[in-house]
Amino acid sequence: MLHGWAVLLVFQLAGEILARAAGWPIPGPVVGMALLLGALALGFPVTEALRGVSSGLLSHLSILFVPAGVGVMLHAPRLAAEWPALVVSLVVSTAAAIAVTGWLAARLSRGMEDAP
Amino acid sequence: MSRFTEIWVYLAQSPLLWLALTVVAYVVADAIHRRLGRPAAANPVLIAVALLLAVLLASKTRYEDYFEGAQFVHFLLGPATVALAVPLHRELGRARARAVPFSIALLAGSATAVLTAVGVARLLGASRPTLMSLAPKSTTTPVAMGIAEKLGGLPSLTAALVILTGILGAILGPGLLRLLRVRDQAATGFAMGVASHGIGTARAFQLSERAGAFSGLGMGLNALATALLLPAVLRLFGL
Repeated sequence: MLHGWAVLLVFQLAGEILARAAGWPIPGPVVGMALLLGALALGFPVTEALRGVSSGLLSHLSILFVPAGVGVMLHAPRLAAEWPALVVSLVVSTAAAIAVTGWLAARLSRGMEDAP
Repeated sequence: MSRFTEIWVYLAQSPLLWLALTVVAYVVADAIHRRLGRPAAANPVLIAVALLLAVLLASKTRYEDYFEGAQFVHFLLGPATVALAVPLHRELGRARARAVPFSIALLAGSATAVLTAVGVARLLGASRPTLMSLAPKSTTTPVAMGIAEKLGGLPSLTAALVILTGILGAILGPGLLRLLRVRDQAATGFAMGVASHGIGTARAFQLSERAGAFSGLGMGLNALATALLLPAVLRLFGL
């Protein structure tokens, strides 16, 4: 299990360093994900430990957003003042983005669908 | 000072209390969600946040003090993001085969997210700092905050709007895609990730491992696309 943590943390660290050194506007962990994907594609082994830690983290991904979600309280005044515009905009925009992306992705890749 | 106050003062200063309550709030929220028969609207993140807000307001705790404890949970977002490479690696062949259609869907979806958010809020009279905080709301939090800052928005307001977008995407996404007859798991996950980042991805993993992997891909690529293209898109539409 420790090996899995070591791999994830080292790739996060590498991503963080690379993003900062290169001045990219992309967060370190996203760069770390790309680096690890590259390494796996080049034959870096997916050990039992790495698989275990990864699937453990990803199956409880939701809870990791709770602390940031509570941060909504810092904006109570502005949210209270502008909530109708914000709520309508967030609902319309999120639904539209999901619909456009999903519909186009499915439509344009027709014939590559999952086997039933 | 009473015994109770003493204990409270001690606990309020240690990270243990708020760390424990964050985990407990989520466990309770998840149990409520399951007890109600897993309705989309009773999203566990939403319930957990509401429970914690009630406790913080009742105990007059500042967010900074809460975060002292909750930061240990928050920190794991980094390794979890890196971990997305593992399921994605299994889907690499499938992802390569769809590179062209999914790139087109990414650009269209990314632009749709920005333009509809800013357009609708402007029609409804939102202020300029609010509009600029809203523009990058479909991307993952650190990217969104960085972009909002450059545009003259309020980064911490953006963080709140990003979270709300994620929760909305998790609630609306699967039903909406079913309505549009999108059954392909790769396309479903990709759309969830592009429009509603990590929270959409957490939801996508509940649909299937493949949807989760493609959602992580969509989240990563939209972070890139929005960071590079958003200023140009806003200028193009005179916003």
